[in-house]
Amino acid sequence: MSPAFVSAHVEPSRLARSVATAVGDGGRFAGLVATAHDDGSTDLRALVATPSELATIETVLEPGVRGYPALTPLVASAGWYEREIHDLFGIEPIGHPRLDPLILPLNADDQRPRPGNREGPTHLEPDAAALSSHLGGEGVFTIPYGPVRSGVFESVEYLVETSGEEIPHLRTRVYHKHRGLDRRFGDFQVADAVLLAERVEGTASVAHATAFCQAIEALGGVDPPRNALLVRLVHAELERVAVHLDSIIRHTEGAGQAVAYARMSLHKEGVLRLRARLCGHRFGRGVVVPGGVAGPLALSPAEATVEVTRIDRAIAEDGHALMATPSFLDRLRGTGILPRQLAFEHGALGPVGRGSGLAADVRIERSYGAYQFLGLEAAAGFAEGDALARQRVRIEEISQALHLVRQALEELRRSGSATWSHNVPPPDGAAWSSVEAPQGELVYLVEAESGRLVRVKPRSASFHNLALFAQAFRGDIFTDFVFIEASFGLSIAGVAG
Amino acid sequence: MAWVLRGLRDGVVTSRYPRRPDGYGDGYRAALSVVEGADAAAVDGHLGEKAALASLCPTGAIEVGGRLSVDRGRCILCGRCVEARPDLFAFDPAPEVATLTRRALLVPREHDDALELVRSELAQRVRVLRRSIHIRHVDAGSDGSEEWEVAALTNPVYDVQRLGIFFTASPRHADVLLVTGVGTAGMAEPLRRTFEAMPEPKVVLAAGTDATSGGLVYPTYASGAGIGSIVPVDVWVPGSPPSPFSLLHGILVGLGLLSEAGSET
Ligand code: SF4
Repeated sequence: MSPAFVSAHVEPSRLARSVATAVGDGGRFAGLVATAHDDGSTDLRALVATPSELATIETVLEPGVRGYPALTPLVASAGWYEREIHDLFGIEPIGHPRLDPLILPLNADDQRPRPGNREGPTHLEPDAAALSSHLGGEGVFTIPYGPVRSGVFESVEYLVETSGEEIPHLRTRVYHKHRGLDRRFGDFQVADAVLLAERVEGTASVAHATAFCQAIEALGGVDPPRNALLVRLVHAELERVAVHLDSIIRHTEGAGQAVAYARMSLHKEGVLRLRARLCGHRFGRGVVVPGGVAGPLALSPAEATVEVTRIDRAIAEDGHALMATPSFLDRLRGTGILPRQLAFEHGALGPVGRGSGLAADVRIERSYGAYQFLGLEAAAGFAEGDALARQRVRIEEISQALHLVRQALEELRRSGSATWSHNVPPPDGAAWSSVEAPQGELVYLVEAESGRLVRVKPRSASFHNLALFAQAFRGDIFTDFVFIEASFGLSIAGVAG
Repeated sequence: MAWVLRGLRDGVVTSRYPRRPDGYGDGYRAALSVVEGADAAAVDGHLGEKAALASLCPTGAIEVGGRLSVDRGRCILCGRCVEARPDLFAFDPAPEVATLTRRALLVPREHDDALELVRSELAQRVRVLRRSIHIRHVDAGSDGSEEWEVAALTNPVYDVQRLGIFFTASPRHADVLLVTGVGTAGMAEPLRRTFEAMPEPKVVLAAGTDATSGGLVYPTYASGAGIGSIVPVDVWVPGSPPSPFSLLHGILVGLGLLSEAGSET
């Protein structure tokens, strides 16, 4: 059941060119992950996605090798990945155009965390002096915003650099929230590591737990029981609905649509309460376990279906009214345009990509879990690339998600089986896994040695998409900000790690 | 026009909490408790058995010393212990979990002479905060779910505005500092600055198990054991994340309007 993972090994000097070739042949660059080893060597793995598979191109940097020819000059979307790897491993991508610290600004001589390596530093103080100052140039001044935000938001710092004449430039700093999760995974047994996966991006706990467990199951050669896949789908799709509603709520708040704000908030609360009734937790934590799920839904499929139908109708009615409110539409139309070409070149994920005409969706392209037997059609695309298109995608996906939930509940109702999980042997080896999280493709790399987790690396869609965020700003940075931020729907926790 | 009518749909949806108990809030797994009477049985066990009990917990919240106790400040409500030993551990649905001392998060609670003093000092301090209350939220390294639960306080169900509670963008107008997250190295300074910019008197809430102890994330090279070493905490609200009801209770405890968890004992 696990999708094919094709891998090729190359010399470090050939990594960049090989990846560029794979991307040129129609692949989509999907990430770059490093793993340090106790002997001082470091593995680098680039991920290239095609509609049918996830391929890796790997290289090994021998002990003492501190650099390799950068990917970024050939594959621009590798830019942030190489910055992250430089922060965590101290390895230099030679020729990188702008190697500013991203998640961990450190002094040049500081020890680096080097996840994968057994030994690591116990405390590292971020050093703001390691950050480059503004872009430079005559008369450029910087307006900082954050990391403490004005409102109930995750901490993130935005720097608006403006010279008064040209279009202001936006820079994003996420390091304040960096928790050092990559190293923390190595402290846990598999069963407890799932709990940490749930906390990487706390609003997408089910997606993270599922991606992590799928990798463990692939290593153990175990397919979870069909029932378990259906329960995972129910929770994953309700999670998607909640995350999409959150984005819509933030749009309505920014646009001063007080009643719509109240109504959509009410629906979101309804979804969280339904999730709590199904499993005892408003965010679905504890549901997904290696080999399956912890148990059946706490509501009968019939009771759950009634609730889902009620919520679906309520959201659809209010969503319909909202999308017929001219003052709201005017505010979003033409705001924060992400051109299709740019989205395509970068491989924009999730609703951000789908609002710019891309179709990538793991549930369809590399179908997994219960999506394989429920069947899912690609939702209608919206190609305008503005905040309105992203909003339309989300409204469409909410109704599609609730439809899937009802289908899964119907399958569960008819199922005679009472098996909810299978035993999974202790993991050994390396595996990738991916799911379509609410924000888009979520990838996990899991590497283990006879049961010990050597390296667990989540690659959130938010990490991949955040690099595009600054590019959606044209002219009026301040009035559009709230809508562009809401329509990107990024999880800072998931970016900062 | 359409929206005016839509606003009236579903009638009254707002919780009456805290004036009336709220049925939903009571159905939620808000905290973990040691089953009454289980204490002695477990403590009488062999050393090996005690170690096995403690090792059930991924965050080290279970302590088996002279007695069996659970540190709610470390508990992430994963349910491992309840599943393995339902005779000893149980979920507690009551959302009123906030306490005035870190020590009071240890259940079953032991009598603490210092508590009376803490309580009256806080009551003294917040006496002048009566009419409307303004809250400043700071994320000091959360997983993002705490922000959802804090933001939910303004939705029509919890609607804290009805209680005269508002969120503010400016620390200079804030009475309450509500902090989420483990207290990362990178957020320590911004958090401290926000605290210092707030006028006296002020009340600090550690919102969630992460903010209380670092939860499952601590220790790493970048995360703290909660925010208590960065700013002085008045109210501890455990939960992973804490539900909106637990947060609301915590805020009202901080304002001296409700009593803290277990205060009757
Ligand atoms: S519920 Fe989980 S975290 Fe809490 S005490 Fe039990 S085992 Fe520990």
